[in-house]
Amino acid sequence: HLSRYAKRSTRVGLSVNTVPCTVKPTVTLQIGDAETDSSRPGVYVIDVTLPIGQTVNIQEISFKNYYTAYVSVRLLRRDGEGAAKWTTCLRNHCLMPSPHTEEGSQDYCSVYRQQMLIEPDNVTSVRLILRQPSSAWLNFSVEDIKIHPCLNEDSEWDIPDWLSDLTQVDQLCDLQGLPDPQTVSSSIQQMWALTEVMQTNQTTASIGRFDVDGCYDINLLSFT
Amino acid sequence: MSRKLTTQVAEMTLAAWDLVCQECLHRPEIQLESLKEDVRNFLKASGWERKLQNAVYRELHVQPLPSHPAAPPEHAKEPLAYMRKAQVNWEKRILKSLNSMCTELGVPLARKRPAVEQKELTNKWNEMGTDEPDLSRFRPVYAPKDFLEVLISLRNPNHDSSEEASAKSHWGLIQVPLHDRDIPQMREAYSELSLTTGQLGIDDHTHVPPDLFESEHTRIGKKVVNEQDSAAAQQYSRQGCPTGLRADLWALILNSTNEPEDVMHYEQLKAGVIHHDLLVDNLIYKDVKLTASNDDYYFVFEDFLYQVLLCFSRDTAVLEHFSYNSATPPKSYIQGKVGVEEFAVVYPPNGVIPFHGFSMYVAPLCFLYNEPSKLYSVFREMYVRYFFRLHSVSSSTSGIVSLCLQFERLLQTHLPQLFYHLREIGAQPLRIAFKWMVRAFSGYLSTDQLLLLWDRILGYDSLEIVAVLAAAVFAFRAENLMEVTSLTSAEAVLADLSTLKVMPLIQIFLFATVI
Repeated sequence: HLSRYAKRSTRVGLSVNTVPCTVKPTVTLQIGDAETDSSRPGVYVIDVTLPIGQTVNIQEISFKNYYTAYVSVRLLRRDGEGAAKWTTCLRNHCLMPSPHTEEGSQDYCSVYRQQMLIEPDNVTSVRLILRQPSSAWLNFSVEDIKIHPCLNEDSEWDIPDWLSDLTQVDQLCDLQGLPDPQTVSSSIQQMWALTEVMQTNQTTASIGRFDVDGCYDINLLSFT
Repeated sequence: MSRKLTTQVAEMTLAAWDLVCQECLHRPEIQLESLKEDVRNFLKASGWERKLQNAVYRELHVQPLPSHPAAPPEHAKEPLAYMRKAQVNWEKRILKSLNSMCTELGVPLARKRPAVEQKELTNKWNEMGTDEPDLSRFRPVYAPKDFLEVLISLRNPNHDSSEEASAKSHWGLIQVPLHDRDIPQMREAYSELSLTTGQLGIDDHTHVPPDLFESEHTRIGKKVVNEQDSAAAQQYSRQGCPTGLRADLWALILNSTNEPEDVMHYEQLKAGVIHHDLLVDNLIYKDVKLTASNDDYYFVFEDFLYQVLLCFSRDTAVLEHFSYNSATPPKSYIQGKVGVEEFAVVYPPNGVIPFHGFSMYVAPLCFLYNEPSKLYSVFREMYVRYFFRLHSVSSSTSGIVSLCLQFERLLQTHLPQLFYHLREIGAQPLRIAFKWMVRAFSGYLSTDQLLLLWDRILGYDSLEIVAVLAAAVFAFRAENLMEVTSLTSAEAVLADLSTLKVMPLIQIFLFATVI
């Protein structure tokens, strides 16, 4: 079981699982009469609800930005007795460093569990509060909202992190001041496997040919 | 880590490991207990650690930040949808133009050279400039001013551009709301250019005793070259590179090597030129004849320019940079098999269609490198790091759109009277400054001044300084410009920049402007 120390699990940052949920129509928050007021709203609220009776432990909320400057997130969680309570888990998270200019305006974003102020567990509903204080934009929103649940422990991917292995192993095993031969040999084995891979890959390295079997006769460019 | 970096690191590890096994492991001083330390020391002493560091440093500079997992590849090229669309439309225009040139002239885009022609070209390789082919039928695919019109027409469909006058109304031609920096921010960012810091281009003037700055700076430069440290070279370059060290320093910053494999790669490209004749070759010939050959400083390098640019067109390694360039390489099908993917090729092989003035990106480098493969290697790296941003539509801070906006905003903020006056007489400043910025001032400044400017582009890893210089030039000639009454006379005032000293201009504009 000593060889397990030679492997370190590295969590892959991407969660491909998402839970099915409904994104409700955007609600505008503005002072005055929405019908007659000519100025554009600066706050929108989007509710994302799970099917009735379902709850989720959130790992990540991902979306695509469209000119939203700040986003706050509130969660409706069920507590032990089944009662539901709204809590803020993210306050004024900045998506556009400068609300009047383009930076960040169309980026793909994620809010992770680790960033949240509270544990996002037993969640039935997510509320995104979008703010855009600049009058430079005609519209703002977020798109493609996806809620990613926590993965189970078993299905975590194990990626051997051999680059930092030698350091870790030194600290863990202390057999009379000498490194554990098994861990050293397993590290060397991994490095050797890598060099084997490189040697086989070298033949497929780009030779830089631009022709197809010696032919490069072209008459016209094509464009779709 | 990017795939390319991972491959490079693995290759280097393999090579280093080989070396370690051969040279090191059998030595008595290598003990099992201290194996890690001993191997590490060996790698450091043999220079491998530095090589690895430089390779990582290069990749960190060139590759964009890792993107969100959900982001498609096009988002990495350019995050803003309307800019992507504008780039696509611009490319379509270029392709149509190239296709119609082909059809009109009855010349194929590419063909294999007959053996006789191949032999002829091989013999003439070092003196292609003596050839006087009939290029009158060929015309450049586009000129910078055509591209300027595209940039002027860029609009964000979600931007409120109602006509109400406001504090943020912009007098210039660029109407997209990209971020720009103001002078206080630039003073921080370009602190090495401040009035109290020594500079090459100012403190190496003949009247200044060399002990004050120049001797010490040169001594440090030699040390940096000896250490072969890319990061140090880049930092050093911010205060300018001594003429005798510049070639080595730039190669170090760009991590551009001239190992046997680089020379071999260059020879392969040369073979590509010999075997196939491309239409773009004629565009290159024409461009060199029209620009560099007419320039007092660069006409001597005419042959080098062909040797570099013709090979550049054949280099498929350049295709890698399209992952972070908003542009897309043109595509075609050989043997008329349109739509059949096995017969799809990129045209030209490097995906870059040269435009009028393109050869000026290479010309200044001829002063630094006289070995074609080395010159080629440095040019290619300069192109995939910086120059490509000057002729594609993107929101990048080093992109030409940002440079234009930055120039206009600096002028409007700090020389409002001048800007207003020029606007009133129909001489929008960008119409004059654009051609300077597209070429990063190549061909407009005297060569020694241009190289001092490019030192800073490399030192700060950004083209922003080009926009600053453009504004500084207008500031310098402001008095004369206030007197003119037409675009033509404004252009005449700014026609000759060959006597300008760039570093004093930039320094005064950034650090002596009253704000």
